[in-house]
Parts: sequence; C-alpha cells; structure tokens
Amino acid sequence: MKKKTWVIVSVLGISLGLLGVSGLVVSDDDDDEHEGRRSWSQSRLDVAPVENAFYKEECGACHFPYQPGLLPARSWQRMIDGLEDHFGENAELDAVDAQQLKVYLTENAADTSNYKRSRGIMRSLANNDVPLRISTTRYFNRKHDELPEHMVKNNPKVRSFSNCELCHTQAAQGSYNEHQVKVPGYADWDD
Amino acid sequence: MITRIGMIAVVSLIVPLVSLAAVVDEQQATYRASGAGPFNAKIGEQLWQQDVVNAKDGRPRSCTTCHGLDLRSMGKHTKTGKAIKPLSPAVNAERLSSAKNIRKWFKRNCKWTWGRECTPQEKGDLLSFIQQQ
Repeated sequence: MKKKTWVIVSVLGISLGLLGVSGLVVSDDDDDEHEGRRSWSQSRLDVAPVENAFYKEECGACHFPYQPGLLPARSWQRMIDGLEDHFGENAELDAVDAQQLKVYLTENAADTSNYKRSRGIMRSLANNDVPLRISTTRYFNRKHDELPEHMVKNNPKVRSFSNCELCHTQAAQGSYNEHQVKVPGYADWDD
Repeated sequence: MITRIGMIAVVSLIVPLVSLAAVVDEQQATYRASGAGPFNAKIGEQLWQQDVVNAKDGRPRSCTTCHGLDLRSMGKHTKTGKAIKPLSPAVNAERLSSAKNIRKWFKRNCKWTWGRECTPQEKGDLLSFIQQQ
C-alpha cells in the first residue's frame, strides 16, 4: 500500500515537473515569430552577444555596443565607410582599425545569423534596404509601436530608442525579452 | 625585506607616472618636429574652454560640452548621454597612457568641437593642461 502511494506520488511529481518545464518552454517563446528548432542556449537569447573586446571598446566608448546581428552586413559596411559623419558625430578610425571592425561586424551580421531577432529584422527588410539605424527597420517599429512618446523620446531618463540598455535590462547579454523590460520612471508599467 | 617591499611599492607607484609622461613627451616631440612649441598648460586651459559655434546646429561647442570644466569629474556625451570617465590622469590612470588613443580622440573631437583638426601647437598645449589635472 505504502509502495503504491509512493509510486503515485512520484508519477504525479514527475508529470508536474514535466508540465513545469514544458510551460517554461512555451512561455519563453513569447513572440509572434515562429522559429524552427533551436538549441536551449539560443532559445534564451534573441541575438548573439558581443564577444569582441575591440568592438566593445571602440564603439562602446560612446554608445551601447549594438550586436552586429541587429543589422545586415551591407549596413555595417556603409556604417564603417562613413564614420567621419556618424549620425552627426565624428567617429573616424584609422584604416586598419576600421577594417578590423568591418570584418567583425559583417561576419556576424543579421544576414549571417540564425538568432530570432536577426531573422526577424532580415525578414522585414527589402533586398535593397540598407538601414543605418536599427530603429528604422520595420521589425523594430512593429515591436515598439505601442510605446507612447512620453515613455521614450520625451522621457528624460531614456531620450531615444537608441539607448537599448536603459529599458532592456539584459540587452548587453543579447536578450531583448519583453518581460525583462523596465522603462526608467515607469517601474510598474506592463503591457 | 621591508626595504625591498618598500622599493617595489615605490617603483610600482612611479612606473605609471613615468610611462604617462613618456607618452605625452613623445607626442609633444612629434608636434615640435612640425615646428610647434614650447607648450603652455595655461593656454591649454583657455583652449579647453574655447567655444566655437557649430556650422550645422548654430550652437557653441567646446571640450567642456562633454568633458566638463573639472577634468577630475565624470563627463557626459552630449548626444548619447553616455558617461565619460574623468580625463584627469591623476584620477583615471588610463588617460594619456596610449599614443594611439591620443591621436584618435584629438582627430575626432577637434573636428566635432571646432569643425577642424587641431594644430600641433594646440594639441601640445592641451596635453600639457590635461596632464596637470
């Protein structure tokens, strides 16, 4: 009798555990994208994190070091070729350093990546689109269109969509999951 | 034993200062080679605060726009809002320790701030000023 109860309890426990795991897997895929099979680690991340110290140092000196998987190679190519006028700033580099960054950025660009956000961004671009701002891609706009101006643009603690890491608390790790979003000044906001 | 530890402590304190001075000296030597010099920290300080009205946005820009008046304090990138570590080598040992970085930032920041490259004389004066902060 005792043995039987134990078996039932264990079976129940295991099934509950499995349910928990499957629930986790389902809720993790919170987006409207339908992806094929991905490894566990990839499914937790939206875009490949930056692992290049030189890129982090050079570009991260002035702004959030955007993951190369957020724009196609053709965009990075044009970006590096135009560093003299980088959105109104001078970000010139010597030719050797610029080339080194260009190789890193293009080799890890959205069109060479299998991560969810990279694929989403690529799908939202026409073949001849060469976006220089991630925030001008259709994919980005679709993901941020419900945000009123006072939360981002007119929010003195955010100011611009280019400051990913201010709201996406795990952005530096390559995770843009909406459950990790905390808009500064709007601590309890949830969509 | 104690003297040896003392020696090591003294040497490790001096070494960064020496290498920093060496980097600045080397840069100033290249400026002298193109006819500039002598360099004056007081003039460097005036240059630091010298406003130039930007041709595009019509607003004055100076080194202080992003780095502030006090080089021992944090600065703030005027556009991205990103924090800029203090420029004073006394507070931030990384500053003025790399010739390559000095060249890179002079080129970018002179063009952004004054709309042109700085002259060797201006760079030499600015380095003398920054070094003393």
